[in-house]
Amino acid sequence: MRYVLKKVLSMVLTLFVVSLCVFFAFSLIPGDPVTRMFGTEATPELIAQYRAKMGLNDPILVRYFRWFIAFLQGDMGTSYDYKIPVAGMLAEKIPITLTLAIMSFVIMVIISIPLGIYTAKYENGIIDHVISVINQIIMAVPPFFSGILLTFFFGVILKIFMPGGFVSYTKDVQGFLKYLILPAFAIALPKAAMATKLLRGSVIDEAGKDYTRTAYSRGNTTNGVLYRHVLKNAMIPVVTFMGMALADMVAGSIVIEQVFGIPGISRILLSSINNRDYPVVEAIIMGIAIMVLVINLLVDIIYRIINPRIEVEE
Amino acid sequence: MMKKGIGRRGLSTLLVVLTTLTLTMSGCSGKKAEESTADATNATENTSSGKDGKAETADNTASSDDLSKITIGIPQDIDSMDPHIAQAAGTREVLFNVYEGLVKPDQDGNLQPAIASEYTISEDGKTYTFTLREGVKFHDGSTVTAEDVKYSIERNAGTDGTDPLISAFSNIDSVEIADDSTVVMTLKEANTEFLAYMTVAIIPASNEDPEGNPVGTGPYKFVSRSPQENVILTKFDEYWGEPAYIKDITLKVEANADSIVMDLEGGSIDMFARVTSAQMSQLSDKFDVYEGTMNLVQALYLNNAEEPFNNEQVRQALCYAISPQEIMDFVSDGKGTEIGSSMFPSFGKYFDASLSETYNQDIDKAKQLLAEAGYSNGFDFTITVPSNYTQHVDTAQVLVEEFKAIGVNATIQEVEWNTWLDDVYTNRNFQSTVIGVDASTLTAYALLSRFRSDAHNNFINYNDASYDAAFDAAVNATDDAEKTKNYKECEKILSETAANVYIQDLPEFVVLNKKFTGYTFYPLYAQDFSKIKPAK
Repeated sequence: MRYVLKKVLSMVLTLFVVSLCVFFAFSLIPGDPVTRMFGTEATPELIAQYRAKMGLNDPILVRYFRWFIAFLQGDMGTSYDYKIPVAGMLAEKIPITLTLAIMSFVIMVIISIPLGIYTAKYENGIIDHVISVINQIIMAVPPFFSGILLTFFFGVILKIFMPGGFVSYTKDVQGFLKYLILPAFAIALPKAAMATKLLRGSVIDEAGKDYTRTAYSRGNTTNGVLYRHVLKNAMIPVVTFMGMALADMVAGSIVIEQVFGIPGISRILLSSINNRDYPVVEAIIMGIAIMVLVINLLVDIIYRIINPRIEVEE
Repeated sequence: MMKKGIGRRGLSTLLVVLTTLTLTMSGCSGKKAEESTADATNATENTSSGKDGKAETADNTASSDDLSKITIGIPQDIDSMDPHIAQAAGTREVLFNVYEGLVKPDQDGNLQPAIASEYTISEDGKTYTFTLREGVKFHDGSTVTAEDVKYSIERNAGTDGTDPLISAFSNIDSVEIADDSTVVMTLKEANTEFLAYMTVAIIPASNEDPEGNPVGTGPYKFVSRSPQENVILTKFDEYWGEPAYIKDITLKVEANADSIVMDLEGGSIDMFARVTSAQMSQLSDKFDVYEGTMNLVQALYLNNAEEPFNNEQVRQALCYAISPQEIMDFVSDGKGTEIGSSMFPSFGKYFDASLSETYNQDIDKAKQLLAEAGYSNGFDFTITVPSNYTQHVDTAQVLVEEFKAIGVNATIQEVEWNTWLDDVYTNRNFQSTVIGVDASTLTAYALLSRFRSDAHNNFINYNDASYDAAFDAAVNATDDAEKTKNYKECEKILSETAANVYIQDLPEFVVLNKKFTGYTFYPLYAQDFSKIKPAK
């Protein structure tokens, strides 16, 4: 109980610091939302009028706490750029990025766990070598480039994928999911390669330990030892990595959403930074921060399920 | 054991290197193969038509070849659906289809009656009387009334005590409703050009949420929008004027400039305005390219208050050092229109083509002027360019090379658009910048007013007494011939005093799938979707 309380408290503190950093970072970079709004048509009177209307003339601490209190009450404010409530604007986009992240995660797990176990089991076999070479290459290719390659191959050569043909989930769920497959692969592949390599190494490591020898000596089969004993321990670093990877996939989607023309959260984030649309940027960054913290918590819980002997630090 | 391990690692490394090499090489050969097929299609008609047919069948399966709808790519999202709040040029050109004013520009740059069927301007240029067209419907089905007109004009004029949304509207003294179909507008000061501002959108006074529920009178009505994704419009069946051809329009936000060509070829967009010549060269013959002009005054704008540009001879020297044709050759395959002052050809009667001859490239003359001004050893300066406009960045690069010939060292500083707006445009903290200045309305006033010494948007700090006099004379003239004469005088002064290093009106290329036709250029920011029709 004390553990949970401590965890939640540190989460709130982290969020506070994150929000403060974002707010102050924005006051440091050049560019002003009002001059941006009126562009070359701006007059000094108009700018003054709108600055006052948007409350931008107040000192930064006043603005920060006004925002923070509203945020705690669940009010994320109104987008400067779109003049519509941020909450509604993001609610429409979250499913897109979330679906993309979950799809990439599933692809990563499906590829890496069987491959990792297989390559460890047949260490130094031909397949192990081939896969390790492929792994090296995939890890070296950044997702935006593999994204371009995938689009070119499936879209322009094979013509089974329409570049830029994104359809929203509100119109056609099947078409939506179909369109996301390639981008999800582009995000998942390098992560899957790393996870495979990690799992392989971890299994081989565990297999050399004393308890494994004991398990063998008790007459267990290779598969029995592998799945009942070794894998449980070997999964611990992999789960940590996958938790990190899931959080990273949201970051990875920033690039991939640009490459594939997916109008998700990341694209809103980029355009909002360009437009100095602070309320939107704050809301998205807070969302990402909350997500990372929740994933970390989940990883902690999963540790305990895999191996109940792991003690949580009190 | 150890040795074996190393040997294995060596083998793996070799494999990695080999695979990478094969990938790279196949990539190169693939490109070559592509080039050669492109050549082949150009050479033989048969192959190209065969390729075309194939492409079309692929399209048929993908989008069922429905010509009642079109998807148009737009480079950035709409900043507001409220026509009086929207500022970006990219938004204005789209809203042109949704909203209309009392008058509306046509493709030749003339103002045609729209919501008003007739108008009269009093002799003294102070009273404008508009007769409303009968039975013009808003998209919500209600009829346009004189109250709506009064409301829309007053909303922009800020008569409720706030500052006017359009600064020129501060000149409006009153808007009166004479009878159900007549509105009389009185100005504080005579201005015969004011009609151009009456293109301002008329919206229903009863609509409380023009942002979320946009209602206008144009040929297309708003259906829905999704930030960074799309804006969907559909044909308005009760439109008073010539009806549109295409029923459904999807404006797709194409934030990634690199994917425009692929999206056009793949069929997810049918049209894109303002493609670069590099993008054009990658397109297949499935597309028609319409060539027009961007209606911008592209120049190296000089901060006239800053050393050494406060010296007229230095500014003239820079003008003699450059060759607009050379810039066009480098930046846009030689396309573009040379200009010599702050006016572009679409403005017809105000444009003076001879001004582009004021300075013809003459390196000796430039050097001599520099020497006279006391800069015989040249000088260093910075050109600040917004990095999102490739054509301006490219132009700046050619300029730097050209200035080297007269011993002047220019350095390019690329900045983000927001920084440009803040530092260069608002705070005037810059030496020089390459940018294109457009006209918000179809008036010479819109382009020339910024150079009056006290104008709030005179970002180059231009200050010339004879210019101010000529400009005031132009504004106050009620006789059209005299007005035109004075505006031309203004242009001449700008050119002769070398206010800026004038370059060109940039070319604009619009790509449209051959399934459609009828794209029309306007002399200001407008994309008229109602004129686009199926090719068949």
